[in-house]
Amino acid sequence: MTEPIEPGATPPRASGAPVVSLRGVSKHFGGVRALVDVDVDIHEHEVLAVVGDNGAGKSTLAGVLAGAHRPDAGQVLVDGSPVVLDSPAAARALGIATVFQELALVDDLDVVENLFLGHEVGSGVFLDEVEMERRTWQVLDQLAASVPSVREPVRALSGGQRQVIAVARALLGSPRVVVLDEPTASLGVRQTAEVLNLITRLRGRGHAVVLVSHQAGDLQAVADRILVLRLGRVHGTYTGETSYEDLLAAMTGAVLPGSGGR
Amino acid sequence: MNADGTRGGGSTLAAVDPGQARTRVGLRAVLGQWFHGEHGVAPIVVGLAFVWVVLAVIQPDFLSAENLVNLTLQSVPVGVIALGVVLVLLVGQIDLSVGSVSGLAAAIVAVGTVTAGWPFVLAVAVALACGMAVGLVYGILSSRLGLPSFVITLAGLLFLAGLQLRVLGPLGSINLPFESWFVRSIQQGFLDPAVAWALVVLWVLAYLAMQVWGRERRRRADLACAPWSQVVLRTGALAAVLGAAVGYLSTARGVGYSVVLFVVLVIVADVALRRTRWGRSVRAVGSDRRAALLSGVAVHRTVVSSFVACSTLAALGGVLAAGRLGAANQGTGGADTYLTAIAAAVIGGTSLFGGRGSAWSALLGVLVIQSVANGLTLLDLDQATRYMVTGAVLLGAIVVDMLVRRRRQEA
Repeated sequence: MTEPIEPGATPPRASGAPVVSLRGVSKHFGGVRALVDVDVDIHEHEVLAVVGDNGAGKSTLAGVLAGAHRPDAGQVLVDGSPVVLDSPAAARALGIATVFQELALVDDLDVVENLFLGHEVGSGVFLDEVEMERRTWQVLDQLAASVPSVREPVRALSGGQRQVIAVARALLGSPRVVVLDEPTASLGVRQTAEVLNLITRLRGRGHAVVLVSHQAGDLQAVADRILVLRLGRVHGTYTGETSYEDLLAAMTGAVLPGSGGR
Repeated sequence: MNADGTRGGGSTLAAVDPGQARTRVGLRAVLGQWFHGEHGVAPIVVGLAFVWVVLAVIQPDFLSAENLVNLTLQSVPVGVIALGVVLVLLVGQIDLSVGSVSGLAAAIVAVGTVTAGWPFVLAVAVALACGMAVGLVYGILSSRLGLPSFVITLAGLLFLAGLQLRVLGPLGSINLPFESWFVRSIQQGFLDPAVAWALVVLWVLAYLAMQVWGRERRRRADLACAPWSQVVLRTGALAAVLGAAVGYLSTARGVGYSVVLFVVLVIVADVALRRTRWGRSVRAVGSDRRAALLSGVAVHRTVVSSFVACSTLAALGGVLAAGRLGAANQGTGGADTYLTAIAAAVIGGTSLFGGRGSAWSALLGVLVIQSVANGLTLLDLDQATRYMVTGAVLLGAIVVDMLVRRRRQEA
């Protein structure tokens, strides 16, 4: 699974200061407490998996990092300084790129057009197709991804390839943190393996990856740390080697917080 | 190639031969692009050829140079309107009121110049400004209030048809002075053959230069570039089509000024759609509005601008129709004008569901529709037959489009 593509791709254990930290973050939707007093540290060269049952607050956590949800309480720190993530653009500007579950690809546009949609490269009125295509190949090569053609509409691509294109688009702004919301939810076994492979490569390139999912089994393959959420609260952080049974127990609340992991 | 080496590795997605990965090349690729590419013009060109052959067999006069000159002149007003329709269809909306807008514009020009004594340029400016205002209202109602464009423009159709009657006044018909330069240049203005040929040469050279330049840039950026045979083939095809058209039309009266205007508008729209941020936004919004919004496209502005462009082109179409007829009356832009324009856009290959299509579909589609109308008139067939045949052609075009598209998706 972990196929080192560069020297030093094997991740060192997360060390040094976190890139992004959440401190005491809470978010309510009406009477529903989606996140309660959540603390998270996100490090470069690390895959942090966020797991939990449906309604545990995983997607809300991704939304907070993406700038789609503003927390009601608590702080978001980037490199130790408090920041306000009030829009996806603000999050991107601070180096946090999010790939939403729905991917937000336009079927009738080709790969290059999708990658640069809304941020086209051009001189004056006209677009610079050559430059955009060159950069597209560059980012796809970085991901060691191959697509049949970057000039075919993305509707012709498989689910796994579409996921790669969405990730590639997130990488265009050279973000430090990549948040993936349920990237394997709609994929088959082989495509899931491909996406997990891709996540390993992202880590190898030094990105901090936040992987939101409820498919705990898959995550064990790539996660360095696993954060378990239950009913909006952090129910412990586990190492990637934690057994599936222990994770399941934590997700469903069969063990007390902190009795697993560290 | 920049990094085929890194991409060959083990578990890449869908292993593809790296040589093929960058692009398909060669003659088959060109044909493939024409048939299955994003714009897929080939089916409609084949359809147009079929219509022409059938009509020529039944009535040889159809292919006479003089009749084809008529055909081009007849096609211009509806063609300009259809070009606007292409723009709103691409953004995923529809405008049913283009006929009424064109009728109103014709009425404004006639009343302005004849009754009120305005200078011609002022009258046209007012007519186009009215078109713009109508598009602006539609765009704001559609994008801000989220009203379905089908209903808004249906209301607009009725309202503007009424306004057209009001502007024309009790007479209901106003003749434009036959000797005015506008009417003369629309009805009798033809390019000097030397000028026409010069334009053809210019166009072909510009096209060739663009291709060579683009190829050179791609080569320098280490991207796959089309083989020279493809460049030669494309340029040759363009030169052949333009040369044949100008050569044959010049044996009769030649290429009308209004025809030149129409072709220029199509080229401008085509470049805007394919090579500018605006065009990309239009196609993105038409294909998947939510994804476009999440990607940071200014959705509202894109929708409004498409409506404005459509209504303005419709108004221009009305002005040209008035010039061709030498008059504006209650029937200008009425009856089946809007249906013909929408049918032309769809026959030409622009999807009714947004996101897919090209500016050229207005030109090709209107040629098909006007060929049928023109041919059936030559055959002395009545309006009833014309409607029925046009309906059948429209249905056929949609069926062919679906079949081609389905095959492409299966491929």
